Amino acid sequence: MKKDDLVVLTKMEHHSNIVPWQLVAQKTHAKVKYVDLDEDGILNMVEFERAMNDSPKLVAFTHCSNVLGTINDAAMLVRKARKAGATTLVDAAQSVPHMPVDVSQIGCDFLAFSGHKMLGPTGIGVLYGRKALLEDMEPFQGGGDMIKEVHLTGAKWNDVPYKFEAGTTNFADAVGLGVAIDYLSSVGMQKVRDHEVELLKYATEETEKVGGLTIYGPRDAARRGGVLSFNVEGIHPHDMASILDEEGVAIRSGHHCAQPLMERLDVTATNRASFYLYNSYDDVDALVGGLKKAKRMFEA
Amino acid sequence: MSSEIYRELILDYYRNPRNFGKVEPHDISARDSNPLCGDEIEIQVRVTPEKKIGEIKFTGKGCAISQASASMLTEFAKGKPLEWVKELSKEDIFKLLGTRDLGPARVKCALLSMKVLKTGTYSYLGAKLEDGQDS
Repeated sequence: MKKDDLVVLTKMEHHSNIVPWQLVAQKTHAKVKYVDLDEDGILNMVEFERAMNDSPKLVAFTHCSNVLGTINDAAMLVRKARKAGATTLVDAAQSVPHMPVDVSQIGCDFLAFSGHKMLGPTGIGVLYGRKALLEDMEPFQGGGDMIKEVHLTGAKWNDVPYKFEAGTTNFADAVGLGVAIDYLSSVGMQKVRDHEVELLKYATEETEKVGGLTIYGPRDAARRGGVLSFNVEGIHPHDMASILDEEGVAIRSGHHCAQPLMERLDVTATNRASFYLYNSYDDVDALVGGLKKAKRMFEA
Repeated sequence: MSSEIYRELILDYYRNPRNFGKVEPHDISARDSNPLCGDEIEIQVRVTPEKKIGEIKFTGKGCAISQASASMLTEFAKGKPLEWVKELSKEDIFKLLGTRDLGPARVKCALLSMKVLKTGTYSYLGAKLEDGQDS
């Protein structure tokens, strides 16, 4: 990266796919540009194509929005970005845990996801990179194991991936994540996905019946990960989360580490119910019951 | 945290906030936000010649707890000497709200207005807020 190089992101990114690029831009004076969304929370392709005409150096986007649930057509976006000469990175923190993902089908240069979002331990994640690129890259950290030889005058780096894994490996968490991945694979990622789609459809229908809800993101469950973000007229999400907590329903409330998206939606916060393989229709019913209770309390 | 916090009193202050608005002219004006939830509070104060809180009003947006506690605090603070603000503690806010059973996630919502009032008052008095005095 150097001065005036362009990084293209979207307005639906988690802070973790915004802040690192802003730090890079501060250091190198590269520029960061954000592709807008349409009203239904789907990436605006006219803007995306326009951004590709500016010859970006890097295009990074989320595979699945942690707020809107929007599933981006990663293979299509990567194809267009690579055609424009850009290196591509996919933030798959919300897709790898919830649906089948195939890096060779997407064709991206890099793809990242976290352990703790897929039944695994905290403090570990995975960065996939195309080998040729990884071999061209310098280590970001020095220490043990990342070298082949060290002399007083310099050192020779180890092979990929050891080159990037300085010091004692976090093997305890790696074993934990491995077990989580084996478990999810034994269930089958398509099954996980199908289950979430069913719950999402049911939850969307049932919560809408409560009334006074604004739901954010694509209406089509086929284009949406298993998250339901919404606001209820007159009830702040933090109050809602506290009331639902009393009912044994854990939701996330706040800006979901996506403040630029909150600004784009013109809200300070949303409620978000998230589904996974352990959730059931009963959980959705409990959520709906809690929403009704909160409305009664605030409307009294 | 229990839904006891959403007693009628707090919801009433949330729906019909007392002392909501701006004070013009004012001697003290301070604002802060809670980065986690985006709650915002601004407090303005007109100081009397006796260095007491004359007029005090707040504006803001956020959850019922942050807005109700701000409204209650302005009522409580009106007429008190500025020096009194230094003595204000989170226990006072819990008393106003009628509960201390807020849970770690919501305490910051409840204490935001106190932090704002302290910041503004200390700056007016030319004093520095020490560690721990704002929470």
